[in-house]
Amino acid sequence: MTRYSADKYWGYLFIAPQLLGLLVFSLGPLLSAFVLSTMKWDGFGEKTFVGLQNFIEQFHDPEFLISVKNTFYYTMLTVPTSIVLAILVAVALNKVSGKVLYRLFYYMPAVTSSVAVSVVFLWLLNSDFGIINVYLKQWFGIQGPNWLTDPRFVIPSIALLSVWWGLGGNMVLFLAGLQGISASYYEAAQIDGAGKLRQFLHITLPLLSPTTFFACIMSIIGSFQVFDQSFVMTGGGPAKASYTMVLHVYNTAFVDFTFGKSSAAAVILFLIILAFTLLQMWVSRRWVHYEG
Amino acid sequence: MAKIRIQTVGLHIVLIAGAFLMTMPFLWMVLSSLKDLSQIFLIPPKWIPHPWIWSNFPKSWQALPFGRAYWNSFYINVVVVACQLLTCSMAAYAFAKIRFPGRGVLFVLFLSTMMIPHQVTIIPLYLLMKQIGWIDTHLAIIVPSALFNAFGVFLLRQFTRGIPADLEEAAIMDGAGRWTIYARVIVPLIRPALSALGIFTFLGMWNNFFGPLIFLNTPEKFTVPLMLNMFRGMYITDWTLMMAGCSIAIVPVLIVYMIGQRYIIEGVTLTGIKG
Repeated sequence: MTRYSADKYWGYLFIAPQLLGLLVFSLGPLLSAFVLSTMKWDGFGEKTFVGLQNFIEQFHDPEFLISVKNTFYYTMLTVPTSIVLAILVAVALNKVSGKVLYRLFYYMPAVTSSVAVSVVFLWLLNSDFGIINVYLKQWFGIQGPNWLTDPRFVIPSIALLSVWWGLGGNMVLFLAGLQGISASYYEAAQIDGAGKLRQFLHITLPLLSPTTFFACIMSIIGSFQVFDQSFVMTGGGPAKASYTMVLHVYNTAFVDFTFGKSSAAAVILFLIILAFTLLQMWVSRRWVHYEG
Repeated sequence: MAKIRIQTVGLHIVLIAGAFLMTMPFLWMVLSSLKDLSQIFLIPPKWIPHPWIWSNFPKSWQALPFGRAYWNSFYINVVVVACQLLTCSMAAYAFAKIRFPGRGVLFVLFLSTMMIPHQVTIIPLYLLMKQIGWIDTHLAIIVPSALFNAFGVFLLRQFTRGIPADLEEAAIMDGAGRWTIYARVIVPLIRPALSALGIFTFLGMWNNFFGPLIFLNTPEKFTVPLMLNMFRGMYITDWTLMMAGCSIAIVPVLIVYMIGQRYIIEGVTLTGIKG
């Protein structure tokens, strides 16, 4: 590494703008979120220190508990489906002729705004005139459910939208991961007489595992932060059936103006995401295979 | 041979069906926006509008200032992307090539802030903006994004590190200072990474809803997703107007995407692999 005597100053100068941003817009707010979570405050009057009371209250608050339940349920439905589908699509597309054209269509939803596609799905999933229920009836004679107004179907409906919306992003990751697998493995396997399925299970999946690991971490983080779809499509309803954790953070802060309570909920969300990420890193040692 | 051909045809049939499912919502959106209320509730549905109704577009364009929203989204994005590329690449250069005390610790600090969800910092950020009077101004959206992107710093540092030391040394021999090396040597060499980060940031910002929802109140200041959300609140029963509004928000983006799809997908891939 080349050195100048003034490098000390140049170094700080070059990182100064981003460091300022980090302190003022990320680290500072994070610390104040922790501080706020120990206070009672409506945004105008006095702040009073209440210790861990906000956290204790959250765990007795039925609205918070249902938001945790909904968010976990949504994550359980969305992440595995999205990852499995993305791997299958990527493997199918990897060697096929017309790959670029297919990729264009499969990635299309990923560039559009979550608000816009939520409104489009409101129309597609409309229980009386939405195209999905209309064809379910016409082709299969099934009376489709009230997707967004039936508490049992609202989270699966939002998960459906999210899987469709997020498939392209994961697919692109897996396509890149597949590019990194050397063809010689497959040639060797073919000589040994291994069929396509065994090649997929014993070569593709293990060698793709670092990508799968990365995609899982990113998808789970994103999924715990789900907000736009519920906010636009159902507002958290019916009867709180699609009320998510971020919706709870939003409502308690910007509708009820209970900033302390809201910060406590946000801190819990942060800790859950952190715990899941660390857990995955720990588990990954058993299933992620790094070459070399 | 025959078996292989049947397999290939089967694969293509499945892939085409999948591609149809992925694009059908957009197709149905555009077709619905070109119908009137009597056509849209037909059962069984008719796909092709008859007659074609174009008036939904001027109607929804006039109902709310979508033109204004487009301009707002566009200029906010351009400013943020430009600032981010400058500040992130500067920090990346320092972290990759310049030795200074505390470099390691500071870099780890940057890495760890990538884990902080936006929703945790949003309340203090809102209070901060309120204190300095930036609520309901674009500054509240522009400044934090322009000055801070830990992921961008990390990504660009990975690329800057790959630049051979000889190039830098040759420039130093010629008497170039740190700023000249950064501007004349480093920036041109990491251009692919810069464009990838630019595309990635632009897409994310363009579709961002949570931040603008909290910071903006006046419709004249709204970005496109925020305007569409307001539109939804006003015309929820008129599906033809709703779909026209969605088309106004989505179709131009899809056109840009189709023209630049190679760069966009490659850019996103690049950020994904290195990130």
